[in-house]
Amino acid sequence: MKKQRVIPVVLFRDGFVVQSRGFREFKKLGNPYSTIKRLSEWGADEIIFLDISRDEKWSQIRTDTYRVVAMDFLSVLKDSAKIAFMPLACGGGIRTLQDAEARISGGADKIVVNSLLFNDPKLVKGMVTEFGSQCVIGSIDVLEANSDYTIFVDHGSQKISMGLCEAVSIIQDLGVGEIFLNSISRDGSKAGFDPTLIDYVASMVDIPLIVCGGAGTETDFEFALKRPGVDAVAAANYFQHTELSVYRLHSYLVQVGCNVRPPRHLKLGEMK
Amino acid sequence: MTLVCILDYGSGNVSSVNNMVSQLTDSKISNLANDLDNCTHIVLPGVGGFAAAMTKIKETLPLESLISNLEKGKPFLGICVGMQVLFQRGDEFGSVDGLGLLEGRVSKLSSNGLNLPHVGWNSIESVKPHALLSGLSKEDDFYFTHSYAPEGLNEDTVIARTEYGESFTSIVGRDNLLGVQFHPEKSQSSGFKLMENFLELS
Repeated sequence: MKKQRVIPVVLFRDGFVVQSRGFREFKKLGNPYSTIKRLSEWGADEIIFLDISRDEKWSQIRTDTYRVVAMDFLSVLKDSAKIAFMPLACGGGIRTLQDAEARISGGADKIVVNSLLFNDPKLVKGMVTEFGSQCVIGSIDVLEANSDYTIFVDHGSQKISMGLCEAVSIIQDLGVGEIFLNSISRDGSKAGFDPTLIDYVASMVDIPLIVCGGAGTETDFEFALKRPGVDAVAAANYFQHTELSVYRLHSYLVQVGCNVRPPRHLKLGEMK
Repeated sequence: MTLVCILDYGSGNVSSVNNMVSQLTDSKISNLANDLDNCTHIVLPGVGGFAAAMTKIKETLPLESLISNLEKGKPFLGICVGMQVLFQRGDEFGSVDGLGLLEGRVSKLSSNGLNLPHVGWNSIESVKPHALLSGLSKEDDFYFTHSYAPEGLNEDTVIARTEYGESFTSIVGRDNLLGVQFHPEKSQSSGFKLMENFLELS
């Protein structure tokens, strides 16, 4: 039987894994390799790895030796992919077919596109033809204000005039394989996923829906997974700040009857 | 000593497959006839659409040498689209001829109202005992991501099936020629086990 997925999101900004709040405040957390290695060993179902760097130039510096280890996201991705024995979806800064290709050959199993869905839908369609639907995730960032939903692109900075309903239908028609729905209002809030937003979008899509934004407790994940039409739940900060987060969360979800994979710990050496 | 040749036809995820295989044994990413002749095992990875994969395979792989090595009985594992192209035809993005090594056609899953693509972790049910499944059970989940699957197969070639709205073939095989619809390279410990089993075939 197919399981629902629990997906840690790793946010990468100017050389560091960061914690995000409202798409505006960022706190440096550490090194992407150790984060991805830990998530891989704890049997995470999948990882969404997003490059939200804003600076043109940055260096990733090892905090112990002060040595520069990488200066571009692609080399960070390549090294991270070597230790990710689960699917790795990768987004941020994908503007051309070559950008997408570079990420896939760098070890990404899927690409995540956001601004491109609205700026160049034709190109997204081209990516679907080239790599297949299953390889392209359409990501939508939604802000809630006065019980109305507005879509933003470009790291949540540009408002899109198109309504949510119309946008979702257009994005689906492009042939993307999954929708990654993120609530800007709930980002980093620990207030729980937005049930109204989830239900609204879930009722419109017939491709897998990944919901994100607001996870603070195990029950938040449970309630989101139990809503009809939700295929996967995703969160960033939760997996960085909770002790043994992946293992404990899977244990809890299995206990309360969610259809997810049982918890596991896989040391690479023992896997062989 | 095993040496795995991972066929590179620009399908993208050769490195993922190599990341796993190279943990287990020696491997080489290649599209050269010489490497096919010298290896002990062949893996054909795959992501993307059937039509695009077939075009690239015909353009970049030494097919004659591949076929002659298969005829010699070298163990072969096709992954996802790398498995689908073994069949006669595929329907994704227009009807296209496959390699025709196995009887059947790759068509869209009917899924009976469930969302497509079929993305995520799912179990497999063994139809007949096979060395590839040694040490694996229904408790093992594998990572799937696809909308198409083979149908109209010779039933003798079905090794395992998976349920998603309908029951479809998730592992096929005839003698040394094997294929899996899921991605062992992305299936953590269960994927390692299956790959290990494949490497033990000779």
